[in-house]
Amino acid sequence: MSEAMLVADKLTRRFGGLAANQDVCLELHRGALHALLGPNGAGKSTCINMLSGDLPPSSGRIVFGGRDISALSAAQRSRIGIGRSYQRTNIFPGFTVLENCRLAAQSRNPRPWKIFTDALRLSDTVTRAEAAIAEAGLAGRESRVAGTLSHGEQRQLEIAMVLATDAQVLLLDEPLAGMGSEESAQMVELLKGLKARRAILLVEHDMDAVFAVADTITVMVNGLVLASGAPEAIRANPDVQQAYLGEGAHV
Amino acid sequence: MDSRIALVLKLVALAGLLAFPVFGSPFYVEMLAKILVLAIFAMSLDLLVGFTGLVSLGHAAFFGVAAYAVALLTPKYDPASLWLALPLSVLGAAAAAFVIGLFVLRSKGIYFIMVTLAFAQMAYYVFHDTALGGGSDGIYLNFKPDASIAGWAPFSLDEPMHLYYFIVFAMVAVFVFLTLVLRSPFGKVLVGIRSNEHRMQSLGYATFRYKLAAFTLSGALAGVAGFLYAVLFGFVTPEYLSWHQSGNVLMMVILGGMGNLAGAVIGAFAFVGLQEFFAGMTKHWQLLMGGVIVLAVLFLPGGLAALPRRIAAAREARRAALPPDAPPPAARKAAAPATPPAPPMIGKMKQGVNHV
Repeated sequence: MSEAMLVADKLTRRFGGLAANQDVCLELHRGALHALLGPNGAGKSTCINMLSGDLPPSSGRIVFGGRDISALSAAQRSRIGIGRSYQRTNIFPGFTVLENCRLAAQSRNPRPWKIFTDALRLSDTVTRAEAAIAEAGLAGRESRVAGTLSHGEQRQLEIAMVLATDAQVLLLDEPLAGMGSEESAQMVELLKGLKARRAILLVEHDMDAVFAVADTITVMVNGLVLASGAPEAIRANPDVQQAYLGEGAHV
Repeated sequence: MDSRIALVLKLVALAGLLAFPVFGSPFYVEMLAKILVLAIFAMSLDLLVGFTGLVSLGHAAFFGVAAYAVALLTPKYDPASLWLALPLSVLGAAAAAFVIGLFVLRSKGIYFIMVTLAFAQMAYYVFHDTALGGGSDGIYLNFKPDASIAGWAPFSLDEPMHLYYFIVFAMVAVFVFLTLVLRSPFGKVLVGIRSNEHRMQSLGYATFRYKLAAFTLSGALAGVAGFLYAVLFGFVTPEYLSWHQSGNVLMMVILGGMGNLAGAVIGAFAFVGLQEFFAGMTKHWQLLMGGVIVLAVLFLPGGLAALPRRIAAAREARRAALPPDAPPPAARKAAAPATPPAPPMIGKMKQGVNHV
């Protein structure tokens, strides 16, 4: 496997006396999808929030391409190529699909001083936005107002916006949340395509989806990493079966 | 099509403004000039409130700083140069906005409203209570700025007509300038911040810088308005910076429709118009004014500028509510009982159905 693009090194986050994450270590590699599993309250969202810069860690380091980025803001991390999507759909509901992605693409070359230039005529930005929309499977919906899309389409838009920022590392927080089975299947296909050229961290509850796309799985319980490894190893791990999947659960 | 109608309406309005002095008395010309200055002020605030989502209750500070700047820059027995006084006053307002923005933009929502108010009150008392501002009486501007360049005077602000057209020009220039800014990459980011600032950050935008730039630009444009107001009336008082003034301009923006430059202009017209109308009826005009604002907020979301769109939408909804196979009410009234509708009518209605 290639050198890790993003490394979480003993990340810890305390809320008062509660350690929401304790010494969490993760590695994300290009071309691989790393899934983060765990019951509610295990600390998955805290972990992704620390990686994306939405939440500062209490201790530990985050290393991107060999550089310690623990002190960078969310905006700065986005600019160096770490993009994230949100569990609760976090889009610009009043804007069109194209404008949602155009804003995302514009952040790569913002040109704020060009105050007399029509933003819609900056073709590099618009082209990148359209490519991201197509890659996320929303081609043809460019002029729809984002708030009127179906739930599944909004989840796709969420991904398209991250793609429009040209992110090399994708942090995806439950992209399948609330999706029907058909939509889920589409999203799984999308994820398979996306990981070829990028490193992906996927937080997800949907077991079938996780085992269908993950190259590595890390299971968290109560803020601690319980197990980490290839899907087969995780499936066979008795601790995981005990703690997370429950007695007699079938995967 | 829709935007073409809007453009025509704007051009007609501009023609009306340009032609007004031919018909209007000097009293009304001055009132119109005042409205146009306030329209600049309202547009500057709309950049913050309507487009960036920053509700400021201290915008009069920048209006007042520029007004005092021109008063203080004017020597006692000579006029100041317009080409010096205008940029310096606007720069003064921009500098004040930049510094205040550094502090207030760290807060959000209700706290932002409170700290902008607090800073504006501080500015108010600087001019009210120090020797600098001439106390509560303010300062008279004995001479309006001189527009001459190296001895050649293209126009003179002492001439009411010249001043009027200068103000019309400034208002149109600010309108066009803001229209361009809002369609630029910078403007798109501001609207994005208004919609979802958190997501803008996670997309890689340092939103604080954008908000500071917007706040500074907005303060500078409020300065243009303050400068013109001082020149128009020939004096400045601390009331220009008072929270009443901040509240009035906010009401203009709300009345006209937030996030709509033409709305800000319409709001300025409506506000001053209502003010004059109610003041002629009773000395308790502010009570009536308050009532109108409440009604506008309750029944006119989007303000006066959204009225044509709402009327069109209501008519569309009524048309859609008609059963497709029933003749329109007019035809029903005209037709004798048991007269079948004519075939071409059916064709037309079918088209309509397909359209829906």
